[in-house]
Amino acid sequence: MSTPNLKIENLRVSIEDKEIIKGLNLEINGGEIHAIMGPNGTGKSTLSSALMGHPKYEVTEGNVTFNGEDLFEMEVDERAKAGLFLAMQYPSEVSGITNADFLRSAINARREEGQEISLMKFIRELDKKMELLEMDSSFAHRYLNEGFSGGEKKRNEILQLMMIEPKIAILDEIDSGLDIDALKVVAKGVNEMRNPEFGCLIITHYQRLLNYITPDKVHVMMQGRIVKSGGPELAQRLEAEGYDWIKEELGIEDETVGQEA
Amino acid sequence: MSVETSFKYDKDYVGKFSESRQEPQWLLDLRLRALELAQQLPMPKPDKTKIDKWNLTEFNHISSKENGTELPEQVKALIGEDGEAGNLLVIQNGKTLRSSVTEELAAQGVIFTDLVTAVKEHGDLLQKYFMQDGVSVDENRLTAIHAALVNNGAFIYVPKNVEVKSPLQAIYFHDDEQSGLVNHVIVAAEDNSSVTYVENYLSTNNEGDSVSNIVSEVFAGPGAKVVYGAVDNLAKGMTSYINRRGRAGRDARIEWALGQLNDGNTVSDNTTHLVGDGSFADTKTVNIGKGDQKQNFVAQIFHHGKSSEGYILTHGVMKDAASSIFNGITKIEHGATKSNGEQTERVLMLSEKARGDANPILLIDEDDVTAGHAASVGRIDPIQLFYLMSRGISKAEAERLIIHGFLGPVVNEMPLESVKKRLVEVIERKVR
Repeated sequence: MSTPNLKIENLRVSIEDKEIIKGLNLEINGGEIHAIMGPNGTGKSTLSSALMGHPKYEVTEGNVTFNGEDLFEMEVDERAKAGLFLAMQYPSEVSGITNADFLRSAINARREEGQEISLMKFIRELDKKMELLEMDSSFAHRYLNEGFSGGEKKRNEILQLMMIEPKIAILDEIDSGLDIDALKVVAKGVNEMRNPEFGCLIITHYQRLLNYITPDKVHVMMQGRIVKSGGPELAQRLEAEGYDWIKEELGIEDETVGQEA
Repeated sequence: MSVETSFKYDKDYVGKFSESRQEPQWLLDLRLRALELAQQLPMPKPDKTKIDKWNLTEFNHISSKENGTELPEQVKALIGEDGEAGNLLVIQNGKTLRSSVTEELAAQGVIFTDLVTAVKEHGDLLQKYFMQDGVSVDENRLTAIHAALVNNGAFIYVPKNVEVKSPLQAIYFHDDEQSGLVNHVIVAAEDNSSVTYVENYLSTNNEGDSVSNIVSEVFAGPGAKVVYGAVDNLAKGMTSYINRRGRAGRDARIEWALGQLNDGNTVSDNTTHLVGDGSFADTKTVNIGKGDQKQNFVAQIFHHGKSSEGYILTHGVMKDAASSIFNGITKIEHGATKSNGEQTERVLMLSEKARGDANPILLIDEDDVTAGHAASVGRIDPIQLFYLMSRGISKAEAERLIIHGFLGPVVNEMPLESVKKRLVEVIERKVR
């Protein structure tokens, strides 16, 4: 099996005719963990939603290949089946479908008819992963995200990540709304996934998650593009000094999208 | 508006038909009066649905198709374990194929038989119930046609204090594209008795232009309990007019669990009269429309008795270019003090062309009551679809999951396992 690869070239994305992503380049390979940091309103979540195929976002320019194939030629479910995963900032609630049934449908969607995961094996895996994420077993039988607290939803996203085992995962502000204990649990789940066949893009505006998941590369996003890249030390400097030094260095007054001179 | 009808069955025909069945005089008289009314009365006027272009009056009365002696496969598939226990009625194209009741029930005086047999063997008892206080002959042209041409159906009678433990199952199967289905069901439960009845309507006529005219009358005497489950699954080629009506006496209870899943144009009315003090009705319906199907559903409960309680819960899914009207009516009459009426209608539309219209109506002529209603009509949430698809689930499968999720709260509340199971099967097929 070849190493997973997600390659983004000169990506431009609009929502309702307003351009949010303005020429973004990034390459993620299996075995790598990337972090995109940046203040609010700089286009981070737009990037993740557009890559997954959120219906509200329009890709106006650029190429994205996933394992060599044109990502934008694929439907949302095809992207997922090819191995892309997005842990969402605001996961939907779906009434009437239990978490367990949903997960089983998602796993079986990747398998040929007749090759579905056996119920026993599924339950074993689910129990194991829920234990690791310190989730009460009752969550398996609750309706998908319905009435879950913010933290429960985030854990549930990581549970899906671990059960589905994608090739490249994007975690969109998975740390927002989490207390420190929950944050550690989520980090434990992601670290569990680390291997050469798995690449990850973590989107966050706090450095604190990166204390528990050490990234290989850190990128700073402002005004809809990546303005600075570096190693883990970049995240630490951002934590200590904030973003102002980057803005000074680059001559940016307002980092949010649509404010550049 | 009076429409001239070319209704092809006359006095002579109806008289001979009744004679060939060796029917008692009262039924012949009723049929002949109904026939006259059928030529005078207007068509029913379902609220907000135009049915003037629908064919509900022209059909062949009696099927010329001969039934085999074996049960058709489609019927076998519907017979649950309870049916095999011996309380089963199967009618194919209007002709009785199986009719059995356990000795134990028969010994207690329980009657569960086809309508043709009931006319012959229990004529006097049947007369007390048949189109008297439930559905009247003279409500409109279609109830009159029903009375004039009623062909078969079921008669269930449970004497005082008898509790029928296992459900009674009836299957009305139609595989003749030419003939109509004029079916009548009576469930009469005497004081302090209880019974559960489950029926399946199934037809295979996707093509053609056939008619079903179905009436059910349920009478729950003082302290009696009737659970009535139905799964309607008539094919596209059949236009349906369905009336299911109940009357509950003092402290009586009627529970309806209706899967209204026909593929053809359908007008279906479910009405319960809470006549006695302390009576109770619970109506749960699941409805799906697809293709260019047009449907009109009424669920209504009239509170006459004091301290009566009525609950209506309706969930509908509209696919493709299907359109449906859902009218929920809670009427609390003057004097029905301390009554409580609640209703909820929810409609989910899957496409731009699908239409659903939910009308919750509370009519209250008494001060000392409680009542409430809730209704919602909405399209499928594209963000929800995106979420499910982002996990690798195809659009069709994601829609299927959302539909099941939407209908689940009603399906899961259905009082009978067999109805639940059958509903899930039919929903599965209809939403694919």
